[in-house]
Amino acid sequence: MRIKNKKEYIPFLFLMPWILGFLIFTIGPLFFSLVMSFYKWPIVGKPVFIGLKNYSDMFKDPLFYHSLKVTFKYVLWYVPLNTIFALLCAILINTNYKFTTLFKALFFLPTVVSGVAIAIVWSWIYDKEYGILNYILSLLLKIEGINWLGDTRWSVFSLVIASLWTMGNTMLIFLAGLKGIPKELYEAAYIDGATWWPRFIKITIPMLSPTILFNLITTLISAFQVLTLALLLTGGGPARSSYVYAMYVYHNAFRYSKLGYASANAWIMFLIILILTLILFKSSNRWVYYEGEK
Amino acid sequence: MNKIIKIGYYLVMIVLSIYFIGPIYWMIISAIKPPNEIFTYPPVFFPSKINFKNFVDAWNAQPFALYLKNSLIIVLFNTLGQVFSCTLVAYGFARYKFKGRELLFTILLATMMIPWDVTMIPQYVLFKALKWIDTLKPFIIPAWFGSPFYIFLLRQFLLTIPKELEEAAAIDGANDFQIFLRIFIPLIIPAIMVLIIFNFLTCWNDFLGPLIFINNPQKYTLMLGVAQFRGLHHIEINKIMAITTIASIPPLVLYIFAQRYITEGIVSVSVKG
Repeated sequence: MRIKNKKEYIPFLFLMPWILGFLIFTIGPLFFSLVMSFYKWPIVGKPVFIGLKNYSDMFKDPLFYHSLKVTFKYVLWYVPLNTIFALLCAILINTNYKFTTLFKALFFLPTVVSGVAIAIVWSWIYDKEYGILNYILSLLLKIEGINWLGDTRWSVFSLVIASLWTMGNTMLIFLAGLKGIPKELYEAAYIDGATWWPRFIKITIPMLSPTILFNLITTLISAFQVLTLALLLTGGGPARSSYVYAMYVYHNAFRYSKLGYASANAWIMFLIILILTLILFKSSNRWVYYEGEK
Repeated sequence: MNKIIKIGYYLVMIVLSIYFIGPIYWMIISAIKPPNEIFTYPPVFFPSKINFKNFVDAWNAQPFALYLKNSLIIVLFNTLGQVFSCTLVAYGFARYKFKGRELLFTILLATMMIPWDVTMIPQYVLFKALKWIDTLKPFIIPAWFGSPFYIFLLRQFLLTIPKELEEAAAIDGANDFQIFLRIFIPLIIPAIMVLIIFNFLTCWNDFLGPLIFINNPQKYTLMLGVAQFRGLHHIEINKIMAITTIASIPPLVLYIFAQRYITEGIVSVSVKG
């Protein structure tokens, strides 16, 4: 920190780009979006003030409830699976065996690939007739011809499997968390004769709980907004079985030219994300262990 | 017993590696296969010959060179903007004490939580009013105002530098901006590298932004072009895989060479925060 009695405006000169950008591209649009939600606002033509009608229409729209349900289904599968899977991979890499650096690199590799490429590659893997996945399943488990993308029972789950492919960020964060746990704790437990499972439950999980909270929150926020994969892999189908909420917002805005209505949709999403994040934070007093407290 | 565990361990690791690498292998293999080995059952894992013609045909089927040019323009000028603005802002947050700093920084972090769906619609209205639709401006100009993620990342690096450094420079008569430019910028080059690599991946891979703000094919980015190509040529799997491979090569190669920076970047943002 500078100690001298400096001109007070200098730090704000440095902050100026962000302050301007925050006003123009973040907080401005945020409030403008709220205003828009009280208007009938077509892409071409004059906006008309209609009060709360967008909201009352939305709560009568079956598609609103349906898409919300699809997103919740996706989130409920994806967030826990992603967390457990990434933690498992991180634990497997955090061992004394050889080649762990190579495995880390391989596990992370798909994470740098674009959502477009992921959707294209997985739609070919999922192909009902010539897809490699069905071939492997028929070979190993004698399961034949699952219509991954064309069956209403499988479509959301197909999105989840393809999403899990890019769990690299979550894995690396867990790995850093694992490396931060002091070795002495394990050694003490080892001397006490604790086996693998109690060590995991009594040491790893509590010491890792702040990292788990961080990963849960970031994954939750991104999972609620999933769109690219749904647009390009299933297109929301079949029979709207994978019609996620972000797609509902996107279609209302840019396919049906209802920018005001879509703004109201988006604000509901914002509120849901906010409430769920707050619940996670509140619950964290009970299960997150912060070293140095107490 | 130990030997069994070891074998089990490597078996699990190999199965996981197949899950992570298999799809990439399958994409490349499908791209180089001759056409008669694509729609077969059982699938052909090792093509009898390598057919590079798929790449040429796919590349020439649409003006991909133009899309590539648009993508590169965005990557270049967006990154320049991010480096310019994020270093300044991060420096302001990390090296000065002023009233409201904690509050402003909390606001900066909080904005990372705002869903894109909320801001994208008013941004569309704004860009339309500014006549930015069907130009590359929506992907370049906002970058010159910084991005919370990178500001946070650079700030983490700047906080680790001892304060004696700028005190010494101030005694020598350097002003604030000179201290920032001549002393701190050279010290945070590794962090700026992390920013450049992350930002390359973000800009290159972006799909939803171009999807909404670009309608004119003259202004398509490579990813938008690839996504549209898939819709037009859905039977020609090998061409689709060829163009997808081409578009995926830069991120994959970048990762192979800059793995350390990517790993460090993700870890420093999450853990030190």
